Amino acid sequence: MLTKRIIPCLDVKDGKVVKGKNFNKLEYAGNPVELAAKYEGQGADELVFLDITASIENRKTMTELVKEVAKEIFIPFTVGGGISMVSDIAKLLNSGADKVSLNSAAVNNPKLITQAAQRFGSQCIMIGIDAKKSEGKWKVFTQGGMINTGIDAVEWAKKAELLGAGEILLTSIDRDGTKNGYEIELTKSISESVGIPVIASGGAKDPESILKVLNEGKADAALAASIFHYNKYSIAEVKKYLKENAMAVRL
Amino acid sequence: MKEVTIVDCGTGNISSVMNAMKKAGANPIVSSDPKKIGRAKAIILPGVGLFGYFMQELRARKLEEPVKKALEEDRKFLGICLGMQVLFEESEESPGTTGLSAIGGKVVKFQTGKVPQVGWNKVEPSKKGIVKEGFAYFTNSYYPMPAGKEVVAANSNYVIDYACAVQRGNLLATQFHPEKSGIYGLELLKRWLEC
Repeated sequence: MLTKRIIPCLDVKDGKVVKGKNFNKLEYAGNPVELAAKYEGQGADELVFLDITASIENRKTMTELVKEVAKEIFIPFTVGGGISMVSDIAKLLNSGADKVSLNSAAVNNPKLITQAAQRFGSQCIMIGIDAKKSEGKWKVFTQGGMINTGIDAVEWAKKAELLGAGEILLTSIDRDGTKNGYEIELTKSISESVGIPVIASGGAKDPESILKVLNEGKADAALAASIFHYNKYSIAEVKKYLKENAMAVRL
Repeated sequence: MKEVTIVDCGTGNISSVMNAMKKAGANPIVSSDPKKIGRAKAIILPGVGLFGYFMQELRARKLEEPVKKALEEDRKFLGICLGMQVLFEESEESPGTTGLSAIGGKVVKFQTGKVPQVGWNKVEPSKKGIVKEGFAYFTNSYYPMPAGKEVVAANSNYVIDYACAVQRGNLLATQFHPEKSGIYGLELLKRWLEC
């Protein structure tokens, strides 16, 4: 039986891990390679590295960091942030990333999803959707949460799947870094609308909140940052709790 | 240190396999040279992407013949993910494309559950061998259906049971990614190197 995944997320700025709230107010949280090794040791199922300023400043992602991580880490990891061309993807995958997460560029140029999936396979093309409620509906935001595209988040997820995406990384901007629990309703509606795995992100509070988004939110994986970075809970503790509550996890 | 030759056919995550083989104690060499592969003692065929595209690239680089020869001579061989699937005769992913046909059977698509399967799943050995019980990382939409059960080394369940590892003589192939399966995967790679 396929297990549910627990994925720590490392937001990277200038080569360091940082953590913000509602996509803002950054604080230093650690060294990327050290944190990655720590999480692998605790039983993380995957890792996600997001170059959180790349999209805004139009910088290319951190190839060197990817190479360093790839030498030390033997679980899958995804890199996102500022990826806008097939050549960016090739560079990151060749450096050792297993998947890339496309966000703003995929919204601006949906053909990129298809081009990337055809060349590298859907399994390594993750589509990052940053969603926020606007006038009662879930809308897709780009450029690090600054631009409301007006696109319906559920419709975009469905379209991304058709275009060749292999996974959806769904982040609730309202919940990001708040430790208020995941956005269950949104996660559930997207997970039930697509046939590809959905990773829930934004709002992880405690093991109970993770269980809830996997159960009620129907997420295939849960991503969290703050609760792990500040040693509030270890990944092992979270997975033990999930197992005690009849959730299939790798322990 | 044991030298292993990783076949580079322009697809697949070569550097992950390189890093894991180094960690497992091997001396990995990446090559797309038919001559080098023709005389390599230990070969790894990694692969991600499309069955048809992979076979097309293998043929364009004149690598089909040396790889087939290595398989016929029963040299030490490891196929990973798509590198396992192309060992079969054909795949539903790319009708009309012939695989390496080293193992009888075909590759078919998952009909239920979310596709691709992404994540850690249980590997359950069906016979004594180097593949042990544990969790491994999978990312696949298709799975192999060997014609004969005798080659099956381990099964896994994703709504249905299917062969996730095959072993025959010096050939080992896994649907999962040992290079991305943490300690479980590194230990399997070590056992493969040593056997």
